[in-house]
Amino acid sequence: MSINISHPAVLETKEALGETTLIADAAQIVDLCRFLKQSEKFVRLSGATAVDWHPMEPRFEVVYHLHSLDPIRRLRVKIRVSGTNPEIDSVFSVWRAADWYEREMFDLFGIGFRNHPNLVRILMPLDWEGHPLRKDYPTHGYKYDYAKE
Amino acid sequence: MAMKPSFEDHVATIAAVQETPAGPAAPRRMTLNMGPQHPSTHGVLRIVIELEGETIKKAEPDIGFLHTGIEKQCEAINWAQVVTLTDRVDYLSNLANNLVYALTVEKLLQMEIPARAQWLRVMLCEIDRLNSHLVWLGTHALDIGAMSMFFYCFREREDILRLKEMVSGQRMMTSYIRPGGVALDIPRGFDKAVGKFIRGFPSKVDEYENLLDSNPIWKIRTQGVGFVSVEDMLDLGVTGPMLRAAGVALDARKTEPYSSYEKFDFKVATRTENDVYARYRVRMEEMRQSARIITQALEGLPEGPYTADDPHVVLPDREKMKTQMEALIYHFKIVTEGYRVPAGEAYQAVESPRGEIAYYAVSNGTSKPYRLHMRTPSFANLMALPVMLKDTLIADSIAALGSMDFVLGDTDR
Repeated sequence: MSINISHPAVLETKEALGETTLIADAAQIVDLCRFLKQSEKFVRLSGATAVDWHPMEPRFEVVYHLHSLDPIRRLRVKIRVSGTNPEIDSVFSVWRAADWYEREMFDLFGIGFRNHPNLVRILMPLDWEGHPLRKDYPTHGYKYDYAKE
Repeated sequence: MAMKPSFEDHVATIAAVQETPAGPAAPRRMTLNMGPQHPSTHGVLRIVIELEGETIKKAEPDIGFLHTGIEKQCEAINWAQVVTLTDRVDYLSNLANNLVYALTVEKLLQMEIPARAQWLRVMLCEIDRLNSHLVWLGTHALDIGAMSMFFYCFREREDILRLKEMVSGQRMMTSYIRPGGVALDIPRGFDKAVGKFIRGFPSKVDEYENLLDSNPIWKIRTQGVGFVSVEDMLDLGVTGPMLRAAGVALDARKTEPYSSYEKFDFKVATRTENDVYARYRVRMEEMRQSARIITQALEGLPEGPYTADDPHVVLPDREKMKTQMEALIYHFKIVTEGYRVPAGEAYQAVESPRGEIAYYAVSNGTSKPYRLHMRTPSFANLMALPVMLKDTLIADSIAALGSMDFVLGDTDR
């Protein structure tokens, strides 16, 4: 089932495996989300996450999964974010569910969100250095340098 | 030299201090740190509560104590190995996690699953739903003070764990549902054991209800407690029995059927009271409906293969490996390299006992997941905690917390 969204922020619409993906302009993401919630009835933000395409540029993809209950349909909205000083607008003003998902992205990917009410780390300790889900962050190993002892 | 203050001066000073100042004064607030080792949180959850007297003015959950970096680990191992990690995300409903992962990978592989495997998946997932709801009922009632419920619930849970052990060799971390089908066919006598268990189960649910519903304390502690409006819940991403207890019949098994759920006859349990009691009633009804589904799956279990016919993904039969060279080669390739998944992305949601669980998998065409995001119900449901606890009594917070039925492993991943 394809979903047609006509909004100036939509750059591209993709259909794959029965899922619709909108690729949107990062600068207009809040406008687009508000439009999708109010006019297209995507009342639920099912989840939001990011994908790190290091070392490609733009490095990050921020992915929102939306869900409408009447009719039942799902939509994926994607925006591309640069790797140098990644920062986008928060969609907290559209769905409050974005609160923790954006904090999670901030924590694990180091993506900043403007106008987020409480942008602090959520899963890692507050004094943690680095962002674990970035591809240049090692999967295992210790930070402690035993050679310096 | 200053005069030493007299006794009268002291009295006057104290009276001035004690006198309530004119105008609206800020009431005294106490900050209480609940957790991370509080018995009612069933895990390591910390809640910072601001109290005015006994009224909660602000509650802020602090999560991350059980963060194990499962999503990061998934990127370092191959697609087949991830199954064992999905078990450990939500350790009370591991089969729902196995299933959603298998469905996501199968979507990327565009693989057809034989009917027997789908029926087995449905049956095992519903058995697991009973397991999860029983643990919830026992511990939730224990928190509120109905201690004996715990023993009744864990009596039945033991039967369920035996069934899981029978089918997969493991009591909790079964890894039974895998991309391509299920791990093994059911052993001899399994259908009889499930049949025996499921025939007796509805009367056990009646027994629990008799124990709790005829107890006035249970009703006083749960009715009218833990209200969150439907608008707030949808806005905050709350799903599962919490949302259904508010009258929204959102159940992925009905709305977006997967794994042949559309072929089973069951009802989505809903209530409208939207309190702790309604959530309890919804889960009790879900247990009855699960029992119906299990009975149907058992009676209509089709014959045939239990894995898809795809030698690139599914491990070959042990007997074939001894006689056929190709089977041995495929086995070697799958175990050493893992199977490759075509580049692309897929999002799949299923209904776990706690709500909507959805995996978002991104593949770049290699044998390892490029990114696997787990949208877990406990994480989203916990976002409603500050709304739920605001302006309620601290004694009610225990009942309200229990009614959310979160698993901290599911929250922190």
